[in-house]
Amino acid sequence: MTILTRRKLIGSAAIGAGGLLTGCDALNRNPAFQDILASAETANFAVQRALGDRMELASEYEITDLSPTFRANGTRDPGTPEYAASAAQGFANWQLRMTGLFDRPQQFSLAALQSLPQRTQITRHDCVEGWSAIGQWTGVPLKILLDIARVQDSARFLVFDCADSLGGRPYYESIDLLDGFHPQTILAHRLNGSALPIANGAPLRLRVERQLGYKHAKYVTGIQAVASLAGIGEGKGGYWQDVANYEWYAGI
Amino acid sequence: MPKESRIRQQSRHRLTTRLWHWINALCLLVLLMSGLTIFNAHPRLYWGEYGANDDYAWMAVGSSETFGYLRVGQARIETTGFLGNWQDSEGRTRTLAFPGWATIPSSYSLADGRRWHLFFAWTFSLGLALFMIRSLWNRHIQNDLQMRRKEWRPSNIWQSFCTHTKISEIRKSADKGYNVIQKLAYIMVIFILLPLMILTGLAMSPAMDANWPFLTDLFGGRQSARSVHFLAAFLLVVFFLIHIVMVFLSGPLRQTAAMITGGQDREIGR
Repeated sequence: MTILTRRKLIGSAAIGAGGLLTGCDALNRNPAFQDILASAETANFAVQRALGDRMELASEYEITDLSPTFRANGTRDPGTPEYAASAAQGFANWQLRMTGLFDRPQQFSLAALQSLPQRTQITRHDCVEGWSAIGQWTGVPLKILLDIARVQDSARFLVFDCADSLGGRPYYESIDLLDGFHPQTILAHRLNGSALPIANGAPLRLRVERQLGYKHAKYVTGIQAVASLAGIGEGKGGYWQDVANYEWYAGI
Repeated sequence: MPKESRIRQQSRHRLTTRLWHWINALCLLVLLMSGLTIFNAHPRLYWGEYGANDDYAWMAVGSSETFGYLRVGQARIETTGFLGNWQDSEGRTRTLAFPGWATIPSSYSLADGRRWHLFFAWTFSLGLALFMIRSLWNRHIQNDLQMRRKEWRPSNIWQSFCTHTKISEIRKSADKGYNVIQKLAYIMVIFILLPLMILTGLAMSPAMDANWPFLTDLFGGRQSARSVHFLAAFLLVVFFLIHIVMVFLSGPLRQTAAMITGGQDREIGR
Protein backbone atom coordinates (compact mmCIF):
# COMPACT_ATOMS: atom_id res chain seq x y z
CA MET A 1 0.00 0.00 0.00
CA THR A 2 2.75 2.36 0.99
CA ILE A 3 4.73 1.47 -2.12
CA LEU A 4 1.73 2.14 -4.30
CA THR A 5 1.25 5.53 -2.66
CA ARG A 6 4.88 6.36 -3.16
CA ARG A 7 4.76 5.26 -6.77
CA LYS A 8 1.71 7.41 -7.29
CA LEU A 9 3.49 10.29 -5.63
CA ILE A 10 6.56 9.87 -7.82
CA GLY A 11 4.32 9.57 -10.87
CA SER A 12 2.45 12.73 -10.04
CA ALA A 13 5.76 14.47 -9.32
CA ALA A 14 6.91 13.58 -12.85
CA ILE A 15 3.64 14.83 -14.33
CA GLY A 16 4.00 17.92 -12.16
CA ALA A 17 7.53 18.52 -13.47
CA GLY A 18 6.28 18.12 -17.05
CA GLY A 19 3.42 20.52 -16.34
CA LEU A 20 5.86 22.96 -14.80
CA LEU A 21 7.97 22.99 -17.95
CA THR A 22 4.96 23.46 -20.23
CA GLY A 23 3.77 26.18 -17.86
CA CYS A 24 7.15 27.91 -17.89
CA ASP A 25 7.25 27.83 -21.69
CA ALA A 26 3.73 29.28 -21.85
CA LEU A 27 4.72 32.02 -19.39
CA ASN A 28 7.87 32.62 -21.41
CA ARG A 29 5.73 33.36 -24.49
CA ASN A 30 3.41 35.69 -22.56
CA PRO A 31 4.33 39.35 -23.23
CA ALA A 32 2.95 40.58 -19.88
CA PHE A 33 5.02 37.99 -17.99
CA GLN A 34 8.09 38.89 -20.07
CA ASP A 35 7.61 42.50 -18.95
CA ILE A 36 7.56 41.39 -15.31
CA LEU A 37 10.79 39.40 -15.80
CA ALA A 38 12.37 42.35 -17.64
CA SER A 39 11.71 44.63 -14.65
CA ALA A 40 14.85 43.10 -13.12
CA GLU A 41 16.86 45.08 -15.70
CA THR A 42 15.52 48.34 -14.23
CA ALA A 43 16.46 47.17 -10.72
CA ASN A 44 19.94 46.06 -11.82
CA PHE A 45 20.55 49.34 -13.64
CA ALA A 46 19.39 51.50 -10.71
CA VAL A 47 21.23 49.52 -8.03
CA GLN A 48 24.48 49.03 -9.94
CA ARG A 49 24.62 52.71 -10.85
CA ALA A 50 23.85 53.69 -7.24
CA LEU A 51 26.52 51.43 -5.72
CA GLY A 52 29.52 53.10 -7.32
CA ASP A 53 30.43 56.75 -7.69
CA ARG A 54 29.18 56.44 -11.33
CA MET A 55 32.70 56.88 -12.72
CA GLU A 56 34.15 53.85 -10.87
CA LEU A 57 36.75 52.09 -13.03
CA ALA A 58 36.58 48.45 -14.08
CA SER A 59 39.56 46.37 -12.88
CA GLU A 60 42.73 46.81 -14.89
CA TYR A 61 45.38 44.12 -15.14
CA GLU A 62 49.09 43.62 -15.80
CA ILE A 63 50.61 42.61 -19.12
CA THR A 64 51.37 39.19 -17.57
CA ASP A 65 47.63 38.61 -17.04
CA LEU A 66 46.71 38.66 -20.75
CA SER A 67 44.73 35.73 -22.19
CA PRO A 68 47.02 33.71 -24.48
CA THR A 69 44.44 34.16 -27.25
CA PHE A 70 41.68 36.75 -27.27
CA ARG A 71 38.56 34.98 -28.45
CA ALA A 72 36.57 36.60 -31.27
CA ASN A 73 32.80 36.18 -31.25
CA GLY A 74 29.82 37.37 -33.30
CA THR A 75 30.85 38.76 -36.68
CA ARG A 76 34.45 37.74 -37.47
CA ASP A 77 34.53 39.55 -40.83
CA PRO A 78 31.84 41.91 -42.18
CA GLY A 79 32.53 40.35 -45.61
CA THR A 80 31.24 43.22 -47.77
CA PRO A 81 33.22 44.39 -50.82
CA GLU A 82 33.55 47.90 -49.32
CA TYR A 83 34.92 46.51 -46.09
CA ALA A 84 37.34 44.20 -47.90
CA ALA A 85 38.55 47.13 -50.05
CA SER A 86 39.08 49.28 -46.97
CA ALA A 87 40.89 46.47 -45.15
CA ALA A 88 43.16 46.00 -48.19
CA GLN A 89 44.46 49.55 -47.77
CA GLY A 90 44.84 49.26 -44.00
CA PHE A 91 41.57 51.16 -43.45
CA ALA A 92 43.22 54.39 -44.69
CA ASN A 93 39.83 55.50 -46.08
CA TRP A 94 37.84 54.55 -42.93
CA GLN A 95 35.63 57.37 -41.70
CA LEU A 96 33.95 57.82 -38.33
CA ARG A 97 30.93 60.12 -38.63
CA MET A 98 29.46 61.84 -35.59
CA THR A 99 25.93 62.99 -36.36
CA GLY A 100 22.70 63.87 -34.59
CA LEU A 101 22.51 66.08 -31.52
CA PHE A 102 26.03 67.52 -31.70
CA ASP A 103 26.72 71.26 -32.00
CA ARG A 104 29.60 70.49 -34.35
CA PRO A 105 29.08 67.19 -36.18
CA GLN A 106 32.44 65.60 -37.01
CA GLN A 107 34.06 63.24 -39.43
CA PHE A 108 37.36 61.58 -38.49
CA SER A 109 39.71 59.43 -40.47
CA LEU A 110 41.52 56.63 -38.65
CA ALA A 111 44.76 58.67 -38.81
CA ALA A 112 42.99 61.71 -37.32
CA LEU A 113 41.69 59.59 -34.44
CA GLN A 114 45.16 58.14 -33.85
CA SER A 115 46.65 61.66 -33.64
CA LEU A 116 44.40 62.52 -30.67
CA PRO A 117 45.41 61.64 -27.06
CA GLN A 118 45.17 57.88 -26.51
CA ARG A 119 44.41 55.60 -23.58
CA THR A 120 45.77 52.07 -23.11
CA GLN A 121 44.02 49.73 -20.70
CA ILE A 122 44.26 46.04 -19.87
CA THR A 123 40.77 44.88 -19.04
CA ARG A 124 38.67 41.76 -18.80
CA HIS A 125 36.10 41.20 -21.52
CA ASP A 126 33.06 39.34 -20.14
CA CYS A 127 30.83 37.68 -22.70
CA VAL A 128 27.12 37.20 -21.99
CA GLU A 129 27.74 33.51 -22.75
CA GLY A 130 29.97 33.19 -19.70
CA TRP A 131 33.56 33.20 -20.98
CA SER A 132 36.12 35.96 -20.28
CA ALA A 133 39.31 37.13 -21.97
CA ILE A 134 41.85 39.70 -20.83
CA GLY A 135 43.22 42.03 -23.50
CA GLN A 136 45.19 45.25 -23.82
CA TRP A 137 43.26 47.92 -25.70
CA THR A 138 44.53 51.23 -27.09
CA GLY A 139 42.24 53.90 -28.45
CA VAL A 140 40.91 57.39 -28.23
CA PRO A 141 38.74 58.15 -25.19
CA LEU A 142 35.20 58.79 -26.36
CA LYS A 143 35.02 61.81 -24.04
CA ILE A 144 37.58 63.62 -26.23
CA LEU A 145 35.42 63.10 -29.31
CA LEU A 146 32.26 64.12 -27.48
CA ASP A 147 33.95 67.30 -26.26
CA ILE A 148 35.11 68.17 -29.78
CA ALA A 149 31.66 67.56 -31.28
CA ARG A 150 29.87 69.13 -28.28
CA VAL A 151 26.95 66.99 -27.24
CA GLN A 152 23.73 68.98 -26.99
CA ASP A 153 21.76 69.04 -23.72
CA SER A 154 18.83 67.20 -25.27
CA ALA A 155 20.97 64.16 -26.16
CA ARG A 156 20.56 61.13 -23.87
CA PHE A 157 22.05 58.23 -25.79
CA LEU A 158 24.92 57.51 -28.15
CA VAL A 159 24.15 55.05 -30.93
CA PHE A 160 27.04 53.18 -32.58
CA ASP A 161 26.59 52.25 -36.23
CA CYS A 162 28.63 49.30 -37.46
CA ALA A 163 29.83 47.96 -40.82
CA ASP A 164 28.72 44.38 -40.07
CA SER A 165 25.33 42.74 -40.48
CA LEU A 166 23.97 39.55 -38.97
CA GLY A 167 21.14 37.80 -40.79
CA GLY A 168 20.76 40.83 -43.08
CA ARG A 169 20.34 43.29 -40.21
CA PRO A 170 23.01 45.88 -39.46
CA TYR A 171 24.60 45.55 -36.03
CA TYR A 172 24.29 48.54 -33.76
CA GLU A 173 24.53 49.29 -30.07
CA SER A 174 23.84 52.21 -27.76
CA ILE A 175 24.99 53.51 -24.39
CA ASP A 176 23.93 56.44 -22.24
CA LEU A 177 26.01 59.57 -21.77
CA LEU A 178 27.28 58.46 -18.37
CA ASP A 179 29.01 55.49 -19.96
CA GLY A 180 29.94 57.70 -22.94
CA PHE A 181 31.96 60.05 -20.73
CA HIS A 182 33.42 57.24 -18.57
CA PRO A 183 37.25 57.37 -18.63
CA GLN A 184 37.57 53.74 -19.78
CA THR A 185 35.11 54.13 -22.65
CA ILE A 186 37.37 54.26 -25.71
CA LEU A 187 37.22 53.63 -29.44
CA ALA A 188 39.99 51.04 -29.65
CA HIS A 189 42.14 50.48 -32.73
CA ARG A 190 44.85 48.32 -31.16
CA LEU A 191 44.66 45.01 -29.29
CA ASN A 192 47.63 43.55 -27.38
CA GLY A 193 50.06 46.01 -28.99
CA SER A 194 49.11 45.30 -32.62
CA ALA A 195 46.57 46.77 -35.02
CA LEU A 196 43.11 45.50 -34.07
CA PRO A 197 42.48 42.22 -35.97
CA ILE A 198 39.46 42.00 -38.30
CA ALA A 199 37.94 39.24 -36.14
CA ASN A 200 37.95 41.59 -33.12
CA GLY A 201 36.38 44.57 -34.92
CA ALA A 202 39.02 46.37 -37.04
CA PRO A 203 39.58 49.19 -37.42
CA LEU A 204 37.46 50.63 -34.56
CA ARG A 205 35.79 48.91 -31.67
CA LEU A 206 33.89 50.41 -28.75
CA ARG A 207 35.11 49.44 -25.28
CA VAL A 208 32.52 50.03 -22.56
CA GLU A 209 34.21 48.12 -19.79
CA ARG A 210 31.47 47.95 -17.18
CA GLN A 211 29.11 46.05 -19.47
CA LEU A 212 29.01 42.65 -21.20
CA GLY A 213 30.64 41.96 -24.55
CA TYR A 214 27.67 42.49 -26.85
CA LYS A 215 27.68 46.21 -25.94
CA HIS A 216 31.23 46.55 -27.35
CA ALA A 217 30.25 47.34 -30.96
CA LYS A 218 32.79 46.29 -33.62
CA TYR A 219 33.59 47.87 -37.05
CA VAL A 220 32.24 51.24 -35.82
CA THR A 221 31.43 53.70 -38.63
CA GLY A 222 29.31 56.28 -36.87
CA ILE A 223 28.14 57.74 -33.59
CA GLN A 224 24.71 59.33 -33.40
CA ALA A 225 23.69 61.44 -30.42
CA VAL A 226 19.95 60.99 -29.89
CA ALA A 227 17.27 61.97 -27.38
CA SER A 228 15.49 58.63 -27.65
CA LEU A 229 16.22 55.14 -28.96
CA ALA A 230 12.78 54.90 -30.56
CA GLY A 231 12.95 54.85 -34.35
CA ILE A 232 16.42 53.28 -34.46
CA GLY A 233 16.25 49.64 -35.46
CA GLU A 234 13.27 48.31 -33.55
CA GLY A 235 13.77 50.85 -30.81
CA LYS A 236 15.31 48.62 -28.16
CA GLY A 237 18.77 50.13 -28.43
CA GLY A 238 20.77 47.37 -30.05
CA TYR A 239 20.92 44.45 -32.47
CA TRP A 240 20.61 41.71 -29.83
CA GLN A 241 17.92 43.63 -27.96
CA ASP A 242 15.90 43.82 -31.20
CA VAL A 243 16.31 40.23 -32.40
CA ALA A 244 16.16 38.48 -29.02
CA ASN A 245 15.29 39.52 -25.48
CA TYR A 246 18.76 40.70 -24.48
CA GLU A 247 18.73 43.63 -22.06
CA TRP A 248 19.85 47.10 -23.09
CA TYR A 249 21.65 47.43 -19.73
CA ALA A 250 24.28 44.69 -19.68
CA GLY A 251 26.05 45.36 -16.37
CA ILE A 252 25.25 41.83 -15.14
CA MET B 1 -3.09 29.77 30.37
CA PRO B 2 0.34 31.18 31.28
CA LYS B 3 2.25 32.78 28.45
CA GLU B 4 5.09 30.23 28.70
CA SER B 5 2.98 27.24 27.81
CA ARG B 6 1.18 29.10 25.04
CA ILE B 7 4.54 29.64 23.37
CA ARG B 8 5.16 25.92 23.55
CA GLN B 9 1.82 25.24 21.91
CA GLN B 10 2.75 27.28 18.85
CA SER B 11 3.01 25.61 15.48
CA ARG B 12 6.01 23.53 14.50
CA HIS B 13 6.96 25.91 11.66
CA ARG B 14 6.44 29.65 11.96
CA LEU B 15 4.53 31.50 9.26
CA THR B 16 7.71 33.27 8.04
CA THR B 17 9.52 29.95 7.80
CA ARG B 18 6.67 28.37 5.83
CA LEU B 19 6.27 31.31 3.46
CA TRP B 20 10.00 31.53 2.85
CA HIS B 21 10.34 27.76 2.43
CA TRP B 22 7.92 27.64 -0.50
CA ILE B 23 8.93 30.94 -2.12
CA ASN B 24 12.55 29.87 -1.82
CA ALA B 25 11.82 26.41 -3.23
CA LEU B 26 10.18 27.98 -6.29
CA CYS B 27 13.02 30.50 -6.72
CA LEU B 28 15.73 27.84 -6.44
CA LEU B 29 13.98 25.60 -8.96
CA VAL B 30 13.64 28.44 -11.49
CA LEU B 31 17.18 29.66 -10.80
CA LEU B 32 18.60 26.17 -11.28
CA MET B 33 16.74 25.50 -14.53
CA SER B 34 17.35 28.95 -16.04
CA GLY B 35 20.94 28.68 -14.80
CA LEU B 36 21.36 25.48 -16.81
CA THR B 37 20.19 27.43 -19.89
CA ILE B 38 22.92 30.00 -19.23
CA PHE B 39 25.47 27.22 -18.66
CA ASN B 40 24.49 25.72 -22.04
CA ALA B 41 25.73 28.92 -23.73
CA HIS B 42 29.27 27.98 -22.72
CA PRO B 43 29.44 24.54 -21.05
CA ARG B 44 33.01 24.90 -19.83
CA LEU B 45 34.35 25.91 -16.40
CA TYR B 46 37.71 27.49 -15.60
CA TRP B 47 39.77 28.65 -12.65
CA GLY B 48 41.18 32.16 -12.53
CA GLU B 49 40.18 35.49 -13.99
CA TYR B 50 39.81 34.57 -17.68
CA GLY B 51 38.77 31.49 -19.63
CA ALA B 52 37.48 30.92 -23.15
CA ASN B 53 37.53 28.17 -25.76
CA ASP B 54 41.31 28.09 -26.21
CA ASP B 55 41.99 27.99 -22.47
CA TYR B 56 42.08 24.87 -20.30
CA ALA B 57 38.70 24.09 -18.75
CA TRP B 58 38.73 21.96 -15.59
CA MET B 59 35.24 20.78 -16.49
CA ALA B 60 33.55 20.67 -19.86
CA VAL B 61 30.57 19.07 -21.52
CA GLY B 62 31.48 17.88 -25.00
CA SER B 63 29.06 17.39 -27.86
CA SER B 64 29.00 15.71 -31.23
CA GLU B 65 26.29 14.42 -33.57
CA THR B 66 26.80 10.89 -32.26
CA PHE B 67 27.64 11.19 -28.57
CA GLY B 68 27.95 13.50 -25.58
CA TYR B 69 30.47 13.38 -22.77
CA LEU B 70 31.45 15.04 -19.52
CA ARG B 71 35.12 15.75 -18.87
CA VAL B 72 36.33 16.56 -15.38
CA GLY B 73 40.08 17.14 -15.32
CA GLN B 74 41.46 14.25 -17.38
CA ALA B 75 38.54 11.90 -16.72
CA ARG B 76 35.94 11.47 -19.45
CA ILE B 77 32.56 9.82 -19.04
CA GLU B 78 30.16 9.27 -21.92
CA THR B 79 26.82 10.94 -21.20
CA THR B 80 24.91 10.35 -24.44
CA GLY B 81 21.19 10.66 -23.75
CA PHE B 82 21.26 13.29 -21.06
CA LEU B 83 24.32 15.55 -21.47
CA GLY B 84 25.81 16.85 -24.70
CA ASN B 85 23.74 14.65 -27.00
CA TRP B 86 20.05 13.95 -26.34
CA GLN B 87 16.68 13.71 -28.08
CA ASP B 88 14.18 16.55 -27.75
CA SER B 89 10.43 15.93 -27.37
CA GLU B 90 10.09 15.59 -31.16
CA GLY B 91 12.84 12.99 -31.32
CA ARG B 92 15.47 15.24 -32.89
CA THR B 93 19.05 14.92 -31.69
CA ARG B 94 20.26 18.04 -29.87
CA THR B 95 23.86 18.74 -28.90
CA LEU B 96 23.43 21.33 -26.15
CA ALA B 97 24.88 20.38 -22.74
CA PHE B 98 21.79 20.09 -20.52
CA PRO B 99 18.60 18.65 -22.07
CA GLY B 100 15.42 20.70 -22.63
CA TRP B 101 13.50 19.07 -19.77
CA ALA B 102 16.04 20.50 -17.30
CA THR B 103 16.11 24.08 -18.62
CA ILE B 104 13.91 27.18 -18.65
CA PRO B 105 12.85 27.85 -21.34
CA SER B 106 12.87 24.26 -22.63
CA SER B 107 14.08 25.36 -26.08
CA TYR B 108 17.38 27.16 -25.85
CA SER B 109 17.29 30.95 -25.49
CA LEU B 110 20.12 32.56 -23.55
CA ALA B 111 18.31 35.92 -23.45
CA ASP B 112 15.13 34.40 -21.98
CA GLY B 113 17.10 32.21 -19.58
CA ARG B 114 18.89 35.33 -18.31
CA ARG B 115 15.59 37.18 -17.88
CA TRP B 116 14.17 34.39 -15.70
CA HIS B 117 17.44 34.02 -13.81
CA LEU B 118 17.95 37.70 -13.00
CA PHE B 119 14.32 38.29 -11.99
CA PHE B 120 14.20 35.28 -9.69
CA ALA B 121 17.65 36.17 -8.35
CA TRP B 122 16.08 39.33 -6.94
CA THR B 123 13.10 37.45 -5.47
CA PHE B 124 15.43 34.84 -3.99
CA SER B 125 17.89 37.37 -2.51
CA LEU B 126 15.25 39.62 -0.99
CA GLY B 127 13.41 36.56 0.35
CA LEU B 128 16.57 35.19 1.96
CA ALA B 129 17.40 38.57 3.50
CA LEU B 130 13.89 39.04 4.93
CA PHE B 131 13.84 35.45 6.25
CA MET B 132 17.19 35.95 7.98
CA ILE B 133 16.17 39.24 9.58
CA ARG B 134 12.80 37.88 10.70
CA SER B 135 14.35 34.66 12.02
CA LEU B 136 16.88 36.57 14.08
CA TRP B 137 14.08 38.77 15.39
CA ASN B 138 11.76 35.89 16.36
CA ARG B 139 14.77 33.91 17.61
CA HIS B 140 14.16 30.96 15.21
CA ILE B 141 17.87 31.01 14.41
CA GLN B 142 19.00 31.25 18.03
CA ASN B 143 16.49 28.73 19.41
CA ASP B 144 16.25 26.12 16.67
CA LEU B 145 19.32 26.36 14.45
CA GLN B 146 22.15 27.56 16.67
CA MET B 147 24.49 24.72 17.66
CA ARG B 148 24.82 24.17 21.43
CA ARG B 149 28.29 23.49 22.74
CA LYS B 150 27.49 19.91 23.73
CA GLU B 151 26.11 19.22 20.25
CA TRP B 152 29.56 19.67 18.74
CA ARG B 153 30.80 16.58 20.59
CA PRO B 154 31.86 13.93 18.04
CA SER B 155 29.97 11.27 19.99
CA ASN B 156 26.80 13.31 19.62
CA ILE B 157 27.31 13.81 15.90
CA TRP B 158 28.04 10.09 15.47
CA GLN B 159 24.91 9.17 17.39
CA SER B 160 22.86 11.50 15.21
CA PHE B 161 24.41 9.93 12.14
CA CYS B 162 23.45 6.45 13.40
CA THR B 163 19.82 7.44 13.90
CA HIS B 164 19.79 8.55 10.25
CA THR B 165 20.46 4.96 9.20
CA LYS B 166 17.32 3.58 10.90
CA ILE B 167 13.99 4.39 9.28
CA SER B 168 12.11 3.87 12.56
CA GLU B 169 14.33 6.45 14.27
CA ILE B 170 13.89 8.90 11.38
CA ARG B 171 10.11 8.54 11.70
CA LYS B 172 10.27 9.29 15.42
CA SER B 173 12.57 12.29 14.89
CA ALA B 174 9.86 14.13 12.94
CA ASP B 175 8.28 15.11 16.26
CA LYS B 176 11.46 16.41 17.83
CA GLY B 177 13.57 19.53 17.44
CA TYR B 178 16.25 19.56 14.78
CA ASN B 179 18.98 16.99 15.39
CA VAL B 180 22.59 17.95 15.02
CA ILE B 181 23.04 16.73 11.44
CA GLN B 182 19.84 18.46 10.44
CA LYS B 183 21.04 21.67 12.07
CA LEU B 184 24.41 21.45 10.32
CA ALA B 185 22.69 20.86 6.97
CA TYR B 186 20.35 23.84 7.40
CA ILE B 187 23.16 26.10 8.64
CA MET B 188 25.30 25.05 5.69
CA VAL B 189 22.50 25.83 3.21
CA ILE B 190 21.08 29.03 4.76
CA PHE B 191 24.29 30.69 5.88
CA ILE B 192 26.89 29.35 3.46
CA LEU B 193 25.55 27.96 0.17
CA LEU B 194 22.68 30.40 -0.45
CA PRO B 195 24.74 33.55 0.31
CA LEU B 196 27.57 32.03 -1.75
CA MET B 197 25.22 31.78 -4.75
CA ILE B 198 24.43 35.50 -4.46
CA LEU B 199 28.05 36.57 -3.97
CA THR B 200 29.46 34.44 -6.79
CA GLY B 201 26.60 35.59 -9.03
CA LEU B 202 27.44 39.23 -8.35
CA ALA B 203 31.15 38.53 -8.78
CA MET B 204 30.48 37.63 -12.43
CA SER B 205 28.94 41.03 -13.18
CA PRO B 206 31.23 43.51 -14.98
CA ALA B 207 29.49 46.47 -13.31
CA MET B 208 29.99 44.90 -9.87
CA ASP B 209 33.64 44.39 -10.79
CA ALA B 210 33.89 48.19 -11.06
CA ASN B 211 31.78 48.85 -7.95
CA TRP B 212 33.10 46.11 -5.66
CA PRO B 213 36.32 44.69 -7.14
CA PHE B 214 37.07 42.85 -3.87
CA LEU B 215 34.14 40.54 -4.58
CA THR B 216 35.69 39.05 -7.72
CA ASP B 217 39.12 38.97 -6.00
CA LEU B 218 37.59 37.07 -3.06
CA PHE B 219 36.91 34.12 -5.37
CA GLY B 220 40.18 34.42 -7.28
CA GLY B 221 38.72 35.85 -10.48
CA ARG B 222 35.55 35.92 -12.53
CA GLN B 223 35.91 32.42 -13.95
CA SER B 224 36.64 31.00 -10.49
CA ALA B 225 33.49 32.71 -9.23
CA ARG B 226 31.58 31.10 -12.11
CA SER B 227 32.98 27.67 -11.17
CA VAL B 228 32.10 28.16 -7.49
CA HIS B 229 28.60 29.33 -8.54
CA PHE B 230 28.13 26.06 -10.44
CA LEU B 231 29.61 23.86 -7.68
CA ALA B 232 27.50 25.50 -4.96
CA ALA B 233 24.39 24.99 -7.14
CA PHE B 234 25.37 21.32 -7.47
CA LEU B 235 25.66 21.04 -3.66
CA LEU B 236 22.21 22.61 -3.31
CA VAL B 237 20.83 19.93 -5.63
CA VAL B 238 22.50 17.28 -3.44
CA PHE B 239 20.92 18.90 -0.35
CA PHE B 240 17.53 18.93 -2.11
CA LEU B 241 17.74 15.21 -2.92
CA ILE B 242 18.69 14.24 0.67
CA HIS B 243 16.01 16.62 1.99
CA ILE B 244 13.36 14.91 -0.17
CA VAL B 245 14.51 11.42 0.88
CA MET B 246 14.33 12.45 4.55
CA VAL B 247 10.84 13.89 4.10
CA PHE B 248 9.74 10.62 2.48
CA LEU B 249 11.26 8.51 5.25
CA SER B 250 9.91 10.59 8.13
CA GLY B 251 6.29 10.81 6.95
CA PRO B 252 5.84 12.76 3.72
CA LEU B 253 2.20 13.79 4.18
CA ARG B 254 2.55 14.95 7.77
CA GLN B 255 5.82 16.76 7.07
CA THR B 256 4.50 18.51 3.96
CA ALA B 257 1.26 19.42 5.72
CA ALA B 258 3.26 20.88 8.62
CA MET B 259 5.25 23.05 6.21
CA ILE B 260 1.93 24.35 4.79
CA THR B 261 -0.33 24.71 7.84
CA GLY B 262 2.37 24.98 10.49
CA GLY B 263 1.69 21.64 12.18
CA GLN B 264 1.94 21.03 15.88
CA ASP B 265 5.03 21.59 17.90
CA ARG B 266 6.21 19.15 20.54
CA GLU B 267 9.72 20.19 21.41
CA ILE B 268 10.83 23.09 19.29
CA GLY B 269 11.09 26.32 21.18
CA ARG B 270 11.97 24.76 24.47
